[in-house]
Amino acid sequence: MRNPSHDRKGVVFMRLFALGVLAGGVVLAVGASLAGDGAKPPSPPSETTAKIAPERLDVPAPPFSDGIFPCSNCHAGMPVDRTRRNLEAMHTDIVLKHDETHRWCLDCHDANNRDFLHLASGERVPFEESYRVCGQCHGEKLRDWRAGVHGRRTGNWNGAKGYLLCANCHNPHQPRFHALAPKPAPRPPSRTMQ
Amino acid sequence: METDGISTHPSRRLFTIAAATTAASWIMTACGPKRLYEAPKDRLRAAIKEMEAKYSASHGKKVTVSDAGPIPGVEFAYALDISRCIGCRRCVYACVAENNQSRDPQIQWIRVMSMEKDKGVDFSHANAYYNPADVPEEGHFYVPVGCQHCENPPCTKVCPTGATWTERDGIVVIDYDWCIGCRYCMAACPYGARHFNWEEPKIPNEEFNPNTHYLGNRPRTKGVVEKCTFCIQRTRAGRYPACVEVCPVGARKFGNLLDKDSEIRYIIEHKRVLVLKEELNTVPRFFYFYAT
Repeated sequence: MRNPSHDRKGVVFMRLFALGVLAGGVVLAVGASLAGDGAKPPSPPSETTAKIAPERLDVPAPPFSDGIFPCSNCHAGMPVDRTRRNLEAMHTDIVLKHDETHRWCLDCHDANNRDFLHLASGERVPFEESYRVCGQCHGEKLRDWRAGVHGRRTGNWNGAKGYLLCANCHNPHQPRFHALAPKPAPRPPSRTMQ
Repeated sequence: METDGISTHPSRRLFTIAAATTAASWIMTACGPKRLYEAPKDRLRAAIKEMEAKYSASHGKKVTVSDAGPIPGVEFAYALDISRCIGCRRCVYACVAENNQSRDPQIQWIRVMSMEKDKGVDFSHANAYYNPADVPEEGHFYVPVGCQHCENPPCTKVCPTGATWTERDGIVVIDYDWCIGCRYCMAACPYGARHFNWEEPKIPNEEFNPNTHYLGNRPRTKGVVEKCTFCIQRTRAGRYPACVEVCPVGARKFGNLLDKDSEIRYIIEHKRVLVLKEELNTVPRFFYFYAT
């Protein structure tokens, strides 16, 4: 059959719809079992579950520098100094270029438990859910990311998709992308065959 | 009615000869080799078994040839975020590796065009051969162009042998065994998406991708046309195309146009979308959009 404009709707669509609801349910169930104390309870499965992703998504591990996490290894016994300052003893490799005139470390990192981030509300968020911190300012990006439109996706177009955390691509301290070397240009056509 | 004693009605003999010729040619056509897409399933399986044996021997590894058909209720579409693409050409080389394109002479199904921001999407000022140390270049944006998988494809209409057609899931495919290399389709395509094998394609055996589809990345020969198939061997198995998975900025999106929860529908409903050369009424299934 060459004409693609018929035979599309109907039974197959219903089957696909059922598959979508099922997939949404599975994702929700996984989300519910993983959800920590801070996560919102997942909403009951509905036809929109595929679009509105649950609070916990299957994401890779946050890209920590070697030997840096858990932060409480060093910070647990240290007194908390909330004054804004240039760090000179430690973390000198981190250069903040992310609204640095208004922000500094403790706006995202939790002062009382260094193994967590925190939202503006004070709610603690693990590093695996760092997208919730980012989404406070970049709400429209978070919405697009959940829908699968912002960021790279791998896996299946109709099944399990590989997500990435914001921090897997953007350095949270310097989120702008750096320039890349391009792959070689195509060879221009030649008039004479070699 | 008679003039000069000669009847203008066809004679009985002429009629008989014409009828016999028609019948004979119909029988000969019906008995001849089938196009693979209209061959009976068992005949297709047999042809594919032959292909697998032939390719496995010639490429020194176990080659599988899939005959997966379109999934009911699925029509594929693609979206590419022009505001994100940085022109790094990772997609071009992922496509070459996945789809067994000839390394020498070089065939690349994706062509990344560098355009000037001042001029907008304008192919008369586009440059595919840009080669700076780093991309993106100041004042430029990038538009990767491959097969647009048109709903109204000019290329399939001009094929004299019916070797190229639209599958029910929207993928425009080529039967390499029926392509006679006339290149009418290349002249008809307004996007330069089709590529011709001027010589026997050369691919090192170790780089050959053995996971193939009979309408997609199976080995081609000299004298046939080839082009993007939305990675038919991957997408009909539910996976994303290779270019989607390799894009470092996540500019490439793929999904089912008939699924209202798919990324592609989200993009069409929420973003500023354009198609290339809309005025030609080719109705591409490949959308370009601006996410920001």
